[in-house]
Amino acid sequence: MEYLIGIQGPDFVLVAADNVAASSIIQMKQDQDKMFKLSDKILLLCVGEAGDTVQFAEYIQKNIQLYKMRNEHSLQQRYGNDLFPTPYHVNLLLAGFDETDGPGLYFMDYLSALAKAPFAAHGYGAYLTLSILDRYYRPDLTRDEAVELLKKCIEELNKRLIINLPSFSVRLIDKDGIHDLEKLVPVGAK
Amino acid sequence: VRQKNSAEYLSESPIQFGQINPNIASNFINTLHQDLVLSFPPGFPPSCSPSVPLPFTMSHGTTTLAFIFQGGVIAAADTRSSCNGLVACPASQKILPVHSHLVGTTSGTSADCALWKRILARELRLYQLRHGRRLSTAGAAKLLAHMLHPFKGTELCVAATLCGWDGGERPSLYYVCSDGTRLQGELFSVGSGSPYAYSVLDGGVRWGLTVEEATSLARQAVYRATHRDAYSGNCVDVYHITSKGWALKTLPCKEETIYKQDPETLPPSHLR
Repeated sequence: MEYLIGIQGPDFVLVAADNVAASSIIQMKQDQDKMFKLSDKILLLCVGEAGDTVQFAEYIQKNIQLYKMRNEHSLQQRYGNDLFPTPYHVNLLLAGFDETDGPGLYFMDYLSALAKAPFAAHGYGAYLTLSILDRYYRPDLTRDEAVELLKKCIEELNKRLIINLPSFSVRLIDKDGIHDLEKLVPVGAK
Repeated sequence: VRQKNSAEYLSESPIQFGQINPNIASNFINTLHQDLVLSFPPGFPPSCSPSVPLPFTMSHGTTTLAFIFQGGVIAAADTRSSCNGLVACPASQKILPVHSHLVGTTSGTSADCALWKRILARELRLYQLRHGRRLSTAGAAKLLAHMLHPFKGTELCVAATLCGWDGGERPSLYYVCSDGTRLQGELFSVGSGSPYAYSVLDGGVRWGLTVEEATSLARQAVYRATHRDAYSGNCVDVYHITSKGWALKTLPCKEETIYKQDPETLPPSHLR
């Protein structure tokens, strides 16, 4: 039901998540933010079982803040992937910008599989959009091209996915930090 | 009785007050299941073990709703408590005041909701005494969600909306569920009758409603849901929360009064 997507460029990572918080057949909230800020340049996108997502993400978020306070420097991005099989049923995308390693996008699922990937998606929508990403992705995408690729994916969801996802939050991470981009609202059916 | 000093109270967590870890408990009881199942007293389901059957099926029939508008927060609910196809109580209270400026609608298992509301009220009062100020609705929602989280995966079922007025400034509405969901919003409806209530509310809720219009709309929405949902019914309780606190809006519980408030939607004459 929920959807996450991340696209890594040469010096940025673009991420987007849908905004629906649902309970069985009802959309309880249409402006839910599924991205959690772990540090100035790291975002955790989290979907999965209701309740587990927020509990887990906030737990990681607060522990990383605690680490930062104790050790006076923040956790580097790749060490933020310290997962082990937990009873939490959550699927994650971790996106960030590291001073030494550059931009990075990590795909994690509830079985604690971890993979660094140039692009990734979670949810039923992933089945529809991964082939679009396979076809059009290049490692040297500009920011505008990445946003256009994201729009292509969202239009496809709007056309073919049985679940209505009315809007998506979009954020971009680069050396200057996390930037909020305009919410994407797919219009009408084609 | 030994008096506890304040330092000990600060380190006590509201979560640990005697229950054992549900995962450990169910593993333990599963291994001894054959021996122990007959020695449990009939009608006593331990809350931490899903393998012991409950004495009767609990159903979660209810319609509750809450929304924010310019005049504060309106919370409304039906008054039917159902139990496996029977109406256990036609005049139950599903909206429970937590303190003077916070009210919670309850849905799920009545006993669980009543207990956890009281625990929440206790913890909020302790917070107020220790820190000299009332906890915000957001804080109360987070506290309730964290207190319910250890029971995830058990039969505990609490779905509440906390409607309150924060610090004399603004109204606030949070939905908290025992599966861990915690959402902030401006309009929520919970329970088996909630889809019917949502459809009436979505067509009428606006920020600029007057207090009378909002009360009438809330009552209409619950009434329409009770008409369609078998597990909701009887009367409608409406609470209005403002900066001065909560107030119960009572009306005689007769269908004609509800219909009379909304003449545009009078039913066909054979149903009146």
